[in-house]
Amino acid sequence: MNWIDTILQGVLLGGLYALFAAGLSLVFGIMRLVNLAHGDLIILAAYLILVIVSALGLNPFLAALVAMPVMFALGWLLQRVVLNRVLGNDILPPLLVTFGLSIVIQNALLQGFSADSQRIGAGALETASVDFGPVTLGVMPMLTFASAILVIVGLNQLFYRTAVGRAFRATSDDPVTASLMGIKPASVFAQATGIAMIVVTIAALYLGMRANFDPTIGPARLIYAFEAVIIGGLGSLWGTLAGGVIIGVAQTLGAAVNPEWQILAGHVAFLLVLLVRPRGLFPRAYD
Amino acid sequence: MVQDYRVLTRTPAATVAGIVALGLIVVGYALPAFAGRGLIQDLFFILTMLVLAQFWNLLAGYGGLVSVGQQAFVGLGAYALFGAAILGGWDPVAALILSGFAALLVAIPTAFFAFRLAGAYFAIGTWVVAEVVRLSVAQWKAVGGGTGTSLPRDAVDGMFGIETVKTLFDASNAAARDILAYWLALTLAIATIGGIYALLRSKRGLALAAVRDNIEAARAVGVDAVRMKWTVFLTAAFGTGIAGGLIYLQKGRVSPDAAFAVTDWTAYVIFIVVIGGIGTIEGPIIGVLVFFALQSLFADYGTWYLMALGMIGIAVMLFAPRGLWGLFSDKTGVQLFPIRRRLSGEKIKED
Repeated sequence: MNWIDTILQGVLLGGLYALFAAGLSLVFGIMRLVNLAHGDLIILAAYLILVIVSALGLNPFLAALVAMPVMFALGWLLQRVVLNRVLGNDILPPLLVTFGLSIVIQNALLQGFSADSQRIGAGALETASVDFGPVTLGVMPMLTFASAILVIVGLNQLFYRTAVGRAFRATSDDPVTASLMGIKPASVFAQATGIAMIVVTIAALYLGMRANFDPTIGPARLIYAFEAVIIGGLGSLWGTLAGGVIIGVAQTLGAAVNPEWQILAGHVAFLLVLLVRPRGLFPRAYD
Repeated sequence: MVQDYRVLTRTPAATVAGIVALGLIVVGYALPAFAGRGLIQDLFFILTMLVLAQFWNLLAGYGGLVSVGQQAFVGLGAYALFGAAILGGWDPVAALILSGFAALLVAIPTAFFAFRLAGAYFAIGTWVVAEVVRLSVAQWKAVGGGTGTSLPRDAVDGMFGIETVKTLFDASNAAARDILAYWLALTLAIATIGGIYALLRSKRGLALAAVRDNIEAARAVGVDAVRMKWTVFLTAAFGTGIAGGLIYLQKGRVSPDAAFAVTDWTAYVIFIVVIGGIGTIEGPIIGVLVFFALQSLFADYGTWYLMALGMIGIAVMLFAPRGLWGLFSDKTGVQLFPIRRRLSGEKIKED
């Protein structure tokens, strides 16, 4: 068994998990919202891309670009109309509302697209790989990882270089004081969820090109995303990437020992990190 | 100062409710004599979901512990029962107590881990623990691994009480098992509601409500908040484990994916509690009846039914966060299981 290969594959897999998690991390970091529908929103975006690809005959990457503003609008509306009403100290209302949303999205997709598994075709890119001497890495996993890094760099630029980002950070630290400074938390939250949905679209693109998906697989993706966010620490996007990589490497190492242990090893790694650091590795925000 | 007052919790509505409840219990135990098998199975489903809902309500509504991992204890209860019956030759009815203890045994390390986490982290943490338990149990080849297994025939037919039920009602083996399971579920539900009500009326219940309302204030007046959380978490795990054992005793077949299903044993249970009204004993009772009615009326519509269920959950949370019972109770002031202490007396005399 080639350990370096296994670990590298795990790191690249972690890139996919970090993409799943980046949108969640953004929303969770800014408004402490546990969005149980996040996984299903990724699947919804994947179907949206699929529909655009087949209706307009576009390349998947272009189709994702078309899907982004749609998903942004959806996220913005969702936050304005539903989620802003349930934010507060009690975590139960958002938990329940997003759980209800998860069931609604899942079953609406089942109704619309049936339970057949689908895939976004990416042509030769699907199987292309590059030989690096002792290890061979797929182009698609590398592209995923690079996209994860780009997304995180982009979000960090947005956070620390722009007025919108300043409003995000201020609201995250203290919504009451931020609103004294003329920031409207409700509209900041809506923008944040909209941006998170753009990240969701990118995650959906890679999810759909790398593997088959069907309407019911959202929650399983959600749990990896949450693990990555929590391991990384609240409000830290690089932490989320680290969290994704830890889960990814643990899974490929577990699978290398015994294929049945893949998922279990990821969960155990999560529990071990939390046992040592209950607030994650790099928490930025305190609450 | 002469004490001429008393602290009361009883209300007229509660007295009526108590009498009605006693009547219902008598009817409930006598029901298999004149009810069909379908009704008994429906009631078994209602009663076991009610038990799960009461324990989740105790956790989240009173203990402030929003767990998404209760399916771990349902599954552990089921597998403890099957393991004891298949490998140890236990009588399945007697093995129910093992179901409770198996859940308790795993609940202790889970609590050590999960109580370090706050709020949302606690919810996700318990969910991951439940996944770990599910994946670990799926490795247990002696009880069928990932595909699951059935209760051995002789264990089911030789179960404690089954012969008595057969001669009493002249029933087949399968019908006798349903009746026995139903009686056990009824007993469990009565014990659960009675036990939780007794707990909430006791000094500990007062402490629990104080911790729920304001943890800092409660600690300031000397309530040991951590101990209250432990009590609630372990009690809920034990009860949920027994309920899980009982559910799969009746089903007769278990598999990891079914016994550890987050949808069936946690999501639906949360819906029941929230639709009925969280933080009350009446809420889960109303909730389970609504849930059952929706299910039996609309379950044939499949995905549309589930979509409607999701939307009802969202609507209740947005417009009636204290549930149907909360709406009713706010309007009328009626409480069937009152726990609020009131001062009562002609006058308070000064010496």
